[in-house]
Amino acid sequence: MTAEELAKVAEEAIKYRKEELGVKTEVKYEEVRIYTDEELKNYTDEDIKAFKCKHDIPDLLELEKGPWPSFVSDAIREAVHRRNLPDDKVLMAKDCVEDLLGQLQLSYIDKETHWKHGGIVGVFGYGGGVIGRYSDAQEKFPGIWAFHTLRINQPASKFYTTDYLRALCDIWEYRGSGLMNVHGSTGDIVCLGTVTEQLEPMFFDLTHDLGVDLGGSGSNLRTPSCCMGKALCEFAMFDTQDMCYELTMHYQDELHRPAFPYKFKFKFDGCPNCCVASIARADMSYIGTWRDEIRIDQEAVRAYVAGEIPPNAGAHAGREWGKFDIQREVIDLCPSKCMEWDGKVLKIDNKECVRCMHCINVMPRALRVGEDTGISILFGAKAPILEGAQMSLLTIPFMKSERPYDNVKELVDKVWEWWMEEGKNRERLGELIQRFSLQKFLEVIGVPPMPQMIKEPRSNPYVFWKEEEVPGGWERTIEEYRKRHPR
Amino acid sequence: MSLGKLGYYNPDKPMENRITDIGPPHYYVMFPPVIKKNYGKWLYHEIVETGIIKRVSETGDTIWVIRCGAPRFMSVEHVREICDIADKYCDGYVRFTTRNAIEFIVTSEDKMKALRDDLMSRKHVGGSYKFPIGGTGAGITGIVHTQGWIHCHTPATDASGMVKSVADDLFEYFRDMKLPAKLRVSMACCLNMCGAVHCSDIAMLGYHRKPPIVDDEWIDKLCELPLVVAACPTGAVSLGKTESGLPTVKIKKDRCMFCGNCYTMCQCTPLADKEGDGVVILAGGKISNRISPPKFSKVVVPYLPNEPPRWPSVVKTVRQIVEAYARDARKYERLGDWAERIGWERFFEKTGLPFTEKSIDDYRLAYDTYRTTTQFKYTEHAWAVSKAVGGI
Repeated sequence: MTAEELAKVAEEAIKYRKEELGVKTEVKYEEVRIYTDEELKNYTDEDIKAFKCKHDIPDLLELEKGPWPSFVSDAIREAVHRRNLPDDKVLMAKDCVEDLLGQLQLSYIDKETHWKHGGIVGVFGYGGGVIGRYSDAQEKFPGIWAFHTLRINQPASKFYTTDYLRALCDIWEYRGSGLMNVHGSTGDIVCLGTVTEQLEPMFFDLTHDLGVDLGGSGSNLRTPSCCMGKALCEFAMFDTQDMCYELTMHYQDELHRPAFPYKFKFKFDGCPNCCVASIARADMSYIGTWRDEIRIDQEAVRAYVAGEIPPNAGAHAGREWGKFDIQREVIDLCPSKCMEWDGKVLKIDNKECVRCMHCINVMPRALRVGEDTGISILFGAKAPILEGAQMSLLTIPFMKSERPYDNVKELVDKVWEWWMEEGKNRERLGELIQRFSLQKFLEVIGVPPMPQMIKEPRSNPYVFWKEEEVPGGWERTIEEYRKRHPR
Repeated sequence: MSLGKLGYYNPDKPMENRITDIGPPHYYVMFPPVIKKNYGKWLYHEIVETGIIKRVSETGDTIWVIRCGAPRFMSVEHVREICDIADKYCDGYVRFTTRNAIEFIVTSEDKMKALRDDLMSRKHVGGSYKFPIGGTGAGITGIVHTQGWIHCHTPATDASGMVKSVADDLFEYFRDMKLPAKLRVSMACCLNMCGAVHCSDIAMLGYHRKPPIVDDEWIDKLCELPLVVAACPTGAVSLGKTESGLPTVKIKKDRCMFCGNCYTMCQCTPLADKEGDGVVILAGGKISNRISPPKFSKVVVPYLPNEPPRWPSVVKTVRQIVEAYARDARKYERLGDWAERIGWERFFEKTGLPFTEKSIDDYRLAYDTYRTTTQFKYTEHAWAVSKAVGGI
């Protein structure tokens, strides 16, 4: 979409949120803030210096040293801030941050976690988004006896207004620990630590005041996520934010109410550089690609060769690598050897190009991705648990990806129907494909086989021929055979 | 605003005014005006200094994106400070990256310089930077990680502490772009891997080494025994009876590969142990399709002990790998591409890491990783084998 088309699409989507879903679409901090300015600025650096945690935490204090931002220093700041807040302005234990630090210190001594296994808690009608957590040292650390997690669905590409973030901070400091992950691995903002009775009020605040929902957890569609896409990047070949948003909205039921054999992830990468790691992490990876030609600005190529523009957007500036050598750094590194440089003109044999992005990454001002763009879809990635790690396998080479993405949704529905029917408990899609066969998967989604799906053809001849593929079928009698070959 | 214990929620009428299935806020509301205007119109980008990316649009607009490292575990006070900065310089907008960096977007070079100096001047009372700028180009980004002992029930190590220790040590590579290519370091505290560490240039992975202890007294009351049996990928768990005749499970200890899947299914089979648990180091993975296809990270150090608070063995080992790579790899070569070019025998030689039998796969499809050619290089490992059979 162009910027202008996107503006129209967004206007409609926002109107739908407002009018049909009845939710707030823009957060004004002043309307929902819980703390006054005085309450927010209630401590000084001197207070932090003078702070003495209620537990002895020598190992954690060691982690205040060194240049990398210290999570301990940050937690201490929060602990000081909480101590100074009025009692009626925190509903979770006021000293919960100190208790958390205390328990972590205990783990540093015991070298074992002190969080109990599981605990089923949630909000009414949802089966995911909240993860129960209880301390196994509750007498020592009463402030974190229950310390549940809420996953808060991030806006696509994790752009935020400060109004929104400040409002979330107030709500979470008031109803929870004030500690979070920004962001969790799947993409949500993860709020760490509140008690069961605050889950529903927290959920009401999130939906009413922030217009945001919980993310996924357990055996459901996990919160989809995407790269920065066309919002910031010249390489993006489809509208990653919009597709991520649209599919998240379309599959809200699957996201909130676990009915799958195990987790399922969608991730959207705008180009084969794969900044959100869809190929390693998503059961269904959407990766932008093109099918026409790389656009070349020959003059800019010559400028790179002449050393007028730093290669790779300046990514190697920290070391002296010598003069840019287009032959050695681009032509020779091309994986399909489809490029030529004669000293004046760069030629690319586009039909042999495998679109690895290297030449474009090295000379972004001279080379641009094609204009006839779409997505490749790959299936089946997962981390090692349980059958070993798998990467997504190339299944759909090219597909136009345009609103409302009906072609993609149809494909998703076919995949899920099969997986929900055949998948065993805790079996990811990639493992199911492995157990049945890629052939079976292709039959399910209704696409023919192509050599691009494999690295090389099989080297064993153990083909599971089907009866109908063999002339005359499989029914034979030994009597007939013996007529030709006596015993 | 909602105040009081229950806020908007009425427990007597839990469905009253309940809003559900609304998904995330619409992303467009969160875009700064300059992003709305230039959506899809970006022409090119240039890293003007480490951590600062200039992006130029066909409309003629230019933005500077300043990338700061962040621990992903942060308090609302830290987020509020991010908001203060975004209000002062960025008209109230900010974004975060997949690798937990904070990105501030400004529209003039002057603002970029002022913001840059402001960010680098902010330090915690404890001394560390709050918003160190870096993580672009041929360097390391922030180390993505999981919860660890701070908030998880299955970890074999801590995440935040180990990552802080390694990030402190590799800080020079975050602040500069002097590596041959980008280097992605990731950390997961058990092999459930809440994150893509299995395709990272360097991965640190928490791992158990003692089989589960069965809580015989309780397991039948709290768990579905057939599920526990089915959870084991190696068939090491079977149904059994305790001495007093209670249903329980038996563990064939020599078949356990310590994955912890049984514990995920059942709280009565814990694995965590002070001496047993530790860290695996994997290397050579990538997710980008650039030049070579994505690859898995490979086990190069099967075990390092848990040494809180600073994990010196992990820090030292990671640095050893990074330095060997920085010395030896060619421009644009990712760590895994380098290891493949020089051969894994040279990788172990150049990094100085001992090669052990534990780097040889013996799980499923292991044979695919065995070398079946006469092409190899001579290293001390090779001479040791020759000597062992009386060949030299």
